[in-house]
This record gives sequence, C-alpha cells and structure tokens, in this order.
Amino acid sequence: MSLLHDIGDYIQVNHGVIGTALLQHLRLSLIPVLVAVVLAVPVGWIATIHVALRHTLFTAGNILYTVPSLAMFLVLPGLLGTSILDETNVIVALAIYTLALLVPRVAEGLNSVDPLVLQAATAMGYKPVRRWATVQLPLALPVVFAAVRVATVANVSLVTVASLIGIGGLGGLFTRGFQLGFYAPPIVIGLVLCVGLAIVLDLLIVALQRLVTPWVRA
Amino acid sequence: MNLDYLTDGANWAWSSSDSFPHRLLEHLGYTSLALLIAAVIALPIGLYVGHTNRAAVLAINLGNAGQAVPTLGLLMLMLALLGLGLLPVIIALAALAVPPLITTTYAGLRAVPAGAVDAAVGMGMRPLQVLVGVEIPAALPIIVGGLRNATLQVVSSATIAAYAGMGGLGRYLFDGLAVRDYPQVVAGSVVVAVLAIALDLLIAGLGRWSVSPGLRLSTHQTS
Repeated sequence: MSLLHDIGDYIQVNHGVIGTALLQHLRLSLIPVLVAVVLAVPVGWIATIHVALRHTLFTAGNILYTVPSLAMFLVLPGLLGTSILDETNVIVALAIYTLALLVPRVAEGLNSVDPLVLQAATAMGYKPVRRWATVQLPLALPVVFAAVRVATVANVSLVTVASLIGIGGLGGLFTRGFQLGFYAPPIVIGLVLCVGLAIVLDLLIVALQRLVTPWVRA
Repeated sequence: MNLDYLTDGANWAWSSSDSFPHRLLEHLGYTSLALLIAAVIALPIGLYVGHTNRAAVLAINLGNAGQAVPTLGLLMLMLALLGLGLLPVIIALAALAVPPLITTTYAGLRAVPAGAVDAAVGMGMRPLQVLVGVEIPAALPIIVGGLRNATLQVVSSATIAAYAGMGGLGRYLFDGLAVRDYPQVVAGSVVVAVLAIALDLLIAGLGRWSVSPGLRLSTHQTS
C-alpha cells in the first residue's frame, strides 16, 4: 500500500518530467518506424525482383539485427560523427533494426500475392506501375502491418536501453530510480507507462490497418 | 572507430580477471543460466498449451504483452526489491526469454500436420507418446527458431548485468562510458556483437540439424 502512496507522491511532484519523458519516448519509438517503412517498401520491392540482391539484403539484415542495441547506440556516434548524447543515434539504430525486420516481410508480402490476381489486373488494362501500386502493394499490406506491429512494440522496449547513455524517454525513470538507491516508484511508473504505450501504439496500428485494408475484415 | 583496446594483447591475457576471455565466460554463464531457467518454465507451458490447445488465447496474449516489458526496467525493479546480485539479473533475463519460447513452442505444435497426429493416435499411441514421438520432433525446427530469437535477446541484454555490479561483457561498456574511454566501449560492443552473431549461427546450425530425418525426406521430394 505504501508503494502505491509513494507512486502517487512521485507523480504529483514529477508529473512534468514524466510527461516530457513520455513524449520523448513516443518520438524515439515512432520516428524510426516511419523512416523504416518509407525505406522498406522500395528496398523490399527490389528484393522481389532481384534474387541475388535479395539474398545479400536478407543476410545483411540478419547480421545487423544481431548487433546488441547498447553496442549499436555506443558505436553509431563514431560512425555518424554525432555526439554520444544525440537523439539521432537512437533514431538511426532503431531505424536499422526496424528496417532489418521489415524488408524481408515486405518482400514476402509482395511475393505472396496470388499471380492470378495480378494477371487479372493486367488483363483489365493495368500498366505495371499502377498494378504494383494499386493491386500488389495493397494486397501485401497485412503481412507488412504484422511486421510493423512487432517492430513498434520492440522499439518501445528498446528505447529504454538508451537511458544508459543518457537519452531514453521513460528509461530515464529507471535510471532515476537507480540513482535514488533503487527507489521503486519511478521504476514502476516507467514500466507501467512503457507497457501501456506499447499496447496503445499496437491498438492504433491495428486500427490504421483496418482503415486502409477494409477488404480483409472478416 | 578506435580499435586499440580490442587489439591490445594484454586485454586478452588469461592471467587478468578483467580480460576478454573471463568476461566472455561470465557473459555466456549468465546467458545460459537465464535461458535454462526460461526453458524450464516456458517449454512445459508451451507444450501443454500447444498439445491441448487450452488457454491458447491467454498464453499468446500474455506472451505478446510480455515482450513489451522493458528488460532494463524489470532489472531495476528486481534490484529495488531484491538488492544487488546475480539473482535479479537472472530473473530479468529469464523473463525476457520466456515469452518468445512459449509462443514459438505453441506455434510449432500447432503447425504439426493434423494428419500425422491422427495417424499416431490411430496406431494406438498414448497422448504422451504422440507428444514426444510425433509432435515435438515435427515442431522442433520452429521451437529451435524461438530459442534462437530468445538467445539473441538474452545475450544482447546480458550486458546490463554490469549495471547491477556483476561482470560480463557489459563491464567494458559501462566502465568505458564512466571514464570516457571510448576504445574500451567500442571493444566491448564489437565483442558482444560478434558473440551474438556466433551464437546465432550456432543455433541456426542446430535448427538445420534438428529437422527430423522423415521430414527432411518429404521436403526433398516436394521441392
């Protein structure tokens, strides 16, 4: 009971800090997803038409995906020439993970479209570009959305790791608890908000998916 | 990138307890202990849910929600509740591996062709014999895939053990960061990344080996 009381007190005193952390967390988790989606569609498309390149792309993605996030956050500043406290490092690192996750799924989604549907579109007079953009890509969307959901939830959790290097949205509440001698209230608040944020974002993506793919609704 | 720390032979000497070989062994120790505990918890649950298809929605949703829990936060909470030491680290790392192991074990069992299970039942096999003799061997590649995913997350997150005052490769990251010794940070990062990739390849090989000979034959014929 006293933990709940302490949590209430902590929120009352620090609600400004918590709000800022939540906003930063949202920014750091979502921008990489947006960047990766924009890049994954053309890269995934290239992977569907070029078999040798597909193999290289998937292998590179697998290797990048195995690089631990803390290692990535710490090595990127050296490669990008950014300061270690720059949010760009976190955004680039998470965009790389998201891209590595999305590209194979985009290619898989595009390849899973029934060839008969594509032939029907051609027979109805669709030129290749229009057929790709208005028939093949929309039909691949459910597979892509599934991967976007996984990546978004993973990002919300990964952002907290960046708090170890001084940026980290809600992860900052964890390190705050640590600095206060393992004081539980900020840690519990951070955990609850992280899981809550992941669930809310997941539901929003599902809602967006239902909106843009009305034909799948069963 | 400055690789001086990584290429300095003194940092690889077995005689120093702070050298790469010792930190690697510590890191592997935390990783395997956490995975072992996670497997002991997750495999029975996944097998039960997959075999009976009972409580599947609950298990899958809990598994998915579990993946949203940040390991760092869980570690901090465990440290706040239990104090410094190995136990909170292992609990946080095992908690990270349980959800993917449950969901893939379940998915693996559900992906076993119903015909194979029916045939086994028709031949008079008991439920446990069906599970051990048919379902698990057929599901093994998917289960190993889940183990691969879990290992990747645990080996990468085991760096936070250093944050709790323990050893492992995370020491280089945190010690280097504390004194702004970036070559040390880079060295730790590179070794963790290489370890993760090596373990990933190892388990990928295990996955290929785990395909039951009977299934290997049928995929050859169809492809």
